[in-house]
Amino acid sequence: MPSYLKIDHLDKSFSRGGQTTEVLKDINLDIEQGEYISIIGHSGCGKSTLLNLIAGLTPVSFGAVLLENKEVNAPGPDRAVVFQNHSLLPWLTVYENVKLAVDKVFSGKKSKAERHDWIMQNLDLVQMGHAVDKRPSEISGGMKQRVGIARALAMEPKILLLDEPFGALDALTRAHLQDSIMDIHARLKNTMIMITHDVDEAVLLSDRIVMMTNGPSATIGEVLSVNLPRPRKRLELVSDSRYISCREAVLRFLYERHRFVEAA
Amino acid sequence: MGAPALKPTAEVTPLRPGITAPISPEVVKLPARKPASRFKALGARMKSIAATIVPPLVVVAAIMLVWQIAFGRPGATLPPPTTIWAEAKDLIIDPFFVNGSQDIGLGWRVLTSLERVLYGFGLAAVVGVLLGALVGQSVWAMRGLDPIFQVLRTVPPLAWLPISLAAFRDANPSAIFVIFITAIWPVIINTAVGIRNIPQDYRNVAEVLRLNTIEFFFKIMVPSAAPYIFTGLKIGIGLSWLAIVAAEMLTGGVGIGFFIWDAWNSSRLPDIIVALIYIGLVGFALDRLVALIGRIVTRGVQAS
Repeated sequence: MPSYLKIDHLDKSFSRGGQTTEVLKDINLDIEQGEYISIIGHSGCGKSTLLNLIAGLTPVSFGAVLLENKEVNAPGPDRAVVFQNHSLLPWLTVYENVKLAVDKVFSGKKSKAERHDWIMQNLDLVQMGHAVDKRPSEISGGMKQRVGIARALAMEPKILLLDEPFGALDALTRAHLQDSIMDIHARLKNTMIMITHDVDEAVLLSDRIVMMTNGPSATIGEVLSVNLPRPRKRLELVSDSRYISCREAVLRFLYERHRFVEAA
Repeated sequence: MGAPALKPTAEVTPLRPGITAPISPEVVKLPARKPASRFKALGARMKSIAATIVPPLVVVAAIMLVWQIAFGRPGATLPPPTTIWAEAKDLIIDPFFVNGSQDIGLGWRVLTSLERVLYGFGLAAVVGVLLGALVGQSVWAMRGLDPIFQVLRTVPPLAWLPISLAAFRDANPSAIFVIFITAIWPVIINTAVGIRNIPQDYRNVAEVLRLNTIEFFFKIMVPSAAPYIFTGLKIGIGLSWLAIVAAEMLTGGVGIGFFIWDAWNSSRLPDIIVALIYIGLVGFALDRLVALIGRIVTRGVQAS
């Protein structure tokens, strides 16, 4: 059986003037439906580029991304993105931001009342049902990111792409949101791909951790399966030997074998 | 505002065994506003209003005094305030009198001029935003059009008038065209800058949602570029008002510009001075009006 999402011999290079920089080289990855994948690596290794390639926001140089055996080369709501800096439209309220996505994706398929219920259902899912009429400037960073997640989930994506979704948040808020994401993943069984540079976050949330080598011409160095039972509890994992060994494996990869070399 | 965020998930995340659930911030209630402070607030408000109004009044009074002293002597080239009051009293106190087809209050004349500005500027706003969007969005449109815009925008408004009279063969559409061509450049240029400054994030959102061109224009471009567009509109309305007076001097008719020219030809200097004050006040009001609309429309856009 072919995998749900297949990244097949993917290369990406950027040309500027006469110079060509190869960012990613020969990326191969198969992802099953419902899997939670984290992509981890040092900054500048091309993780975000890889996510943009899957999202279709950046064109592929060579190779292909196949979703359910069909090539994707343009962005679409089947691969919803949660952006690092939330990307909510500041002139719309929380409700309207989600509505924009729902109206576009379900315009012919759901009635007005159904769409309203769907918007509220998604906002309630991220516990933002109380702030529907607030504008993004009136809510906290963590709340904005929740709304961003609600907007992405409301598109009913086949794959949810998270680009360092909690990177800009403080540690406490990040922990709240990680738990929310775990809860949503358990309930909805979405396929999720998350970019992160936080080792604990990767081990806590993922089924598999994809570790990238340093650029240029970065590729997948190792893939680590995290065989921890779900639901996972942050506190119980702290002393769990499997958790500790997973953490150690990622740390060893990042700081022993692929130390970040300061480029300039 | 941050309070509700902590509440719903609080029990999901016990952070450390030592620290129990975060203390609910709802407990803290702000003390009720005391009714006694309302009187005080009113007083403070009056004080701040007076602080804005009194200084310009003092300056105006001082100018009038100097003016009266400078031109009050017999044989002065310009009339002093007292002469203006004596001779143009009807124009000052009643803007909306009608004593015949050419003997009407300045209010009516200003309204006629405003009507022309409305047509010309309205057209310039619509066309300017569309052209600005094109130039801002497409590199080739910018390369092709921008140099032409940069040259044309330096042409003084009145230089367009003869050609416009030749083309339209009528004073009114010619005046409207001059307004249009004067006001459109700042609208185009500012809109283009606004469109170019749309954050890539918003474009990504639009791409993921597969918004089409029209949806993108109305749902992302216009709201996102609105602060820039309104800067352009504000400059444009000011230029329109500058151009209309000059255009009307040459085309004739009922407007405030023609009134000044007419008054000059019949040596009614006090009337001209009153008309200048009208023009200044209306121009100021237009500027503030566009700024106010801009503030209402762009509410929340800058703060993200």
